[in-house]
Amino acid sequence: MSGVWVYIEQHGGEAANVSWEALGLGRKLANGLGQPLTAVVFGPGSGALGTEAIHYGADQAIACEDATLDRFRLDPYASLLGSLAKDRQPSVIVAGATTRGGDVLGAAAIDLNAGLVTGATEAELDGNVVMAHCPIYSSKLMAKVLIPDAGDAPQMLTIRSRAFPMPEADASRTGTVETVAAVKAEGDIGTKVVGFEETQGAVSLTDAAIIVSGGRGVGGADGYAPLQELCKVLGAALGASRASVDAGWIPYDHQVGQTGKTVSPDLYIACGISGAVQHQAGMRTAKIIVAINKDAEAPIWKLAHYGIVGDLFEVVPALTEAFKARLGQ
Amino acid sequence: MRIVVCTKEVPDTAAKVEVKDGKVSWGDAPLVINPWDEYAVEEAVLMKENKGAETVTVVGMGTETTKDAIKHALAMGCDDAVLITDPVFAGADTLVTSEAITKAVQKLGDVSLALFGRETSDGNSSQVAVQVGRRLGWNTLTYVATIDSIDFAAGTIKVERLVEEGKQIVESTLPVVISVVKEINEPRYPSFMGIRKASKAEIVEWSAADLAVDSSVKSKVSWPEVYGLPAREGDVEIIEAATVKEAAAELVDRLIEEKVI
Repeated sequence: MSGVWVYIEQHGGEAANVSWEALGLGRKLANGLGQPLTAVVFGPGSGALGTEAIHYGADQAIACEDATLDRFRLDPYASLLGSLAKDRQPSVIVAGATTRGGDVLGAAAIDLNAGLVTGATEAELDGNVVMAHCPIYSSKLMAKVLIPDAGDAPQMLTIRSRAFPMPEADASRTGTVETVAAVKAEGDIGTKVVGFEETQGAVSLTDAAIIVSGGRGVGGADGYAPLQELCKVLGAALGASRASVDAGWIPYDHQVGQTGKTVSPDLYIACGISGAVQHQAGMRTAKIIVAINKDAEAPIWKLAHYGIVGDLFEVVPALTEAFKARLGQ
Repeated sequence: MRIVVCTKEVPDTAAKVEVKDGKVSWGDAPLVINPWDEYAVEEAVLMKENKGAETVTVVGMGTETTKDAIKHALAMGCDDAVLITDPVFAGADTLVTSEAITKAVQKLGDVSLALFGRETSDGNSSQVAVQVGRRLGWNTLTYVATIDSIDFAAGTIKVERLVEEGKQIVESTLPVVISVVKEINEPRYPSFMGIRKASKAEIVEWSAADLAVDSSVKSKVSWPEVYGLPAREGDVEIIEAATVKEAAAELVDRLIEEKVI
């Protein structure tokens, strides 16, 4: 078994940021193991993405642009990864802990009878073993997780978004992009993608460097308007607490917390969020947390780095104006 | 024609989970049905009520404490229940868990649909549905937010999957494994009658031998240590100023100094 593989996921010909972060980790592991680093990318434009992966640190890339892979489907993607890994026996396979990355590695792990460690936020080598640190109990605790005796299967690992540094691209790096054939014919695939509704104009919460989030204190669906203004100025994603989602003020895909998304931005601005333990589980790894809340006793103050005690409907617009002035907008 | 819905028990979401003597502890907080599983159970029961599914079987894997999650599912309207339980499953990773659940689905037979919550709130791997689907050789549709249509007679389903960039709309043949997100429905509270029925229901117990679990499938992932999150250091700095405008400007200065803007 030799070689570190990173599965690069893409949507519409663009790689997910977490895939480059995975490639950065892959580079570190490959250097430590003294093995080559291979990027594996499927779907439209994967040849070009293979070249981009080499710029981000891969030694080589494997690409497949077969028409069966035009839109993401688990079976043909996982079958191809599993089959390639069976033939070529990499020692480690890393991907982002996303809907696609988790599914593809999970299904391929069955084909390979391989252990899979999910959602790591740290990882380093201990000899030939990848020692990962993973949040468990919805980010209330951490666990050291490893595959001590991988035997004849690769150690498989998915990583959380924004937990590992983004490597620098270097366009002068060169390497081979090998094109391979798909292993599943269209007639053997039981699913068909018939449409895709893109979320319009929104910044993805898990990728966001800045999140402005609103809770019960926003008071209703209209209460998100000043938060959205602040998002616009900062290029931030809009988050929400469970209470405001349950109240029907904002759709579920904005929910941060134990039964929503786990986020790790540089800056998290919590507006009118009390900071229940379930919410904290989803955002406590943010680098800087700002609280804006009327209630000076709310649990969020124990977690926040900075705060303003006051009415969010006064403070948030003032912040928006202050940022506009400072950022020259 | 049967629907299977899988569940397990987890500490209540409000529980303070910590590490004591090297082990995970949630004090005296109750164990409850995994929050995401409630959505899977609701969807299964809705299919029985509206879509012509005949039997809904809840399958749990664990120990005696798993029965509370199973009873919750029964009280919501599942017809019968299986507990997969065997000391050999202690500390099972998803390879072993998926093997046991796969064998249970096969033993039940005549299953068109196996439903899961998108993840459990303890392990958070989101892997068991995917790996059961792979072992069964069934189409697997994860993160389903809407089932647009399902036709058990024709053997077809159309769903909307919630992924990072939006909603992917997919058609599939049955049988299928599905994991669901919270958007899919509003789980019902168990009725008094439901709770009474569930308390009397028989929960069939199957061991590894009953299921003819492949003994060559071994756990490969180990968790040598659990630990608490590092405590947040330092106190919050409350920005105070004569006016909101001044406070906002000062906060912006601090955030720029912190290099997070």
